[in-house]
Amino acid sequence: MAKYLLLKHYRGAPAPVNDVPMDQWRPDEVDAHIRFMNDFAARLESSGEFVDGQALSPDGVWVRYDGEGRPPATDGPFAETKDLIAGWMVIDVDSYERAIELAGELSAAPGAGGEPIHEWLEVRPFLAAPPTFTH
Amino acid sequence: MDGVELRELVPRVLSVLVRRGADFATAEDAVQEALIRALSAWGDELPADPTGWLITVAWRAFLDLTRSDAARHDREVRFDTEPPAGAIPSADDTLRLYFLCAHPELTSSSAVALTLRAVGGLTTRQIAQAYLVPEATMAQRISRAKRTVSRAGVDRPGDVRTVMRVLYLVFNEGYSGDVDLATEAIRLTRQLAALLDDPEVHGLLALMLLHHARRRSRTRQDGSIVALADQDRSQWDTGLIAEGIDIAQAALARDQLGEYQAQAAIAALHADAPRVEETDWVQIVEWYNELLGFADTPIVRLNRAVAVGEADGAPAGLAALAEVDEHVPRREAVAAYLHEKNGDLELAARLYAIAARNAPNLAERDHQMRQAARLNQHLQHHR
Repeated sequence: MAKYLLLKHYRGAPAPVNDVPMDQWRPDEVDAHIRFMNDFAARLESSGEFVDGQALSPDGVWVRYDGEGRPPATDGPFAETKDLIAGWMVIDVDSYERAIELAGELSAAPGAGGEPIHEWLEVRPFLAAPPTFTH
Repeated sequence: MDGVELRELVPRVLSVLVRRGADFATAEDAVQEALIRALSAWGDELPADPTGWLITVAWRAFLDLTRSDAARHDREVRFDTEPPAGAIPSADDTLRLYFLCAHPELTSSSAVALTLRAVGGLTTRQIAQAYLVPEATMAQRISRAKRTVSRAGVDRPGDVRTVMRVLYLVFNEGYSGDVDLATEAIRLTRQLAALLDDPEVHGLLALMLLHHARRRSRTRQDGSIVALADQDRSQWDTGLIAEGIDIAQAALARDQLGEYQAQAAIAALHADAPRVEETDWVQIVEWYNELLGFADTPIVRLNRAVAVGEADGAPAGLAALAEVDEHVPRREAVAAYLHEKNGDLELAARLYAIAARNAPNLAERDHQMRQAARLNQHLQHHR
């Protein structure tokens, strides 16, 4: 088994095919989308492949150490930041192919007009713990 | 005896150990140990004196823990094997335990965790599941909290305001894992109200009962939010409402108003309306004005703006909203609602979309997004 992170972006991903902001969808289309997302997570739980799923607020801030005895320096949020993560799902699957297959299914979540959004999702493999017998 | 009844004995048993001279942190571990043994040992057959059984087993567990501790530190065991006579559970001890767990030196999250374990008798695993953190993290939080209490001295416990704030935090956390924190908070507040005759504690209990009475109607099967105006009032628990109103009225009659009583009065006015149209908004605004005297917070002012909008019309509500801090959570949601009520649908739709973006949780985000979509669809049809 190998773990993969499926990343969804507010900003920074290539534009999806069905690119209509959600508040412009019909209410029943919003409902259908939310149902799809819930069902997807539930299906992965029942197949034993779900690890975690979280959504992030779009509001973030940059922080760094600012020297001994000083409070941390903060900056932003920057409107021009290219990459803005919206949330993630962690899956534990048998193969890379399975991870790609699931990300493809998730990207088919229905959007405006009930049509798939074709949203680009980023798939990132976890760096695994070292195998038991290599050292 | 079910889990809850068993857990009701926990604070009494713990108090006895502490009164016999056991240090708080070790005694608390010992009581947990006894609780776990009771769950497996009792089965269908209860001992004649469950509290006595727990005290005996907990005391032995305490001695074992102290001995192994002492061995590690190469110290002598300072306690007799036979428990000293005379220490029997008393109500004052349980009360003292509440105050101890709300010690002024504890952070909110630590006080919450310690209260649930030492007073509520929940296991570390249950508390961890309820707050969605790893069990090891919760175990550390609890043991650090116990060390803080032991170090700071058990003689300077927190005040009743802190105890109430801790219980309200537990109540608001809601439900995840196999423990219903709202029900647990009500149980602990009920117990506190029986121990301490303070109208604010009764106000807090009434507030919890009145909120809890509406629980079934607040969300749909799929977890989506149902706004107060749209709730199916036939699903409200009339028994809890009657009890909550009785407790609130009895507390208010004592003429020592406080924050929780004022909030309970507002909740009672909502619960008392058979239909949303029959809500007494004028009186609700008056109670918000009272509440401001005790807790002048942006959140109270925000909620007051909604009530003013209902009592005196949307323009008055918007005027009240204009005085509310710009950064208070859910401000856009209230603004959207009031602007829609005022007939400015395009602005309202934009604000609902912003409210969705800024929502503090997914259920609210989805709810606000549906509002935005609903208004935008309406606007499209009428363009």
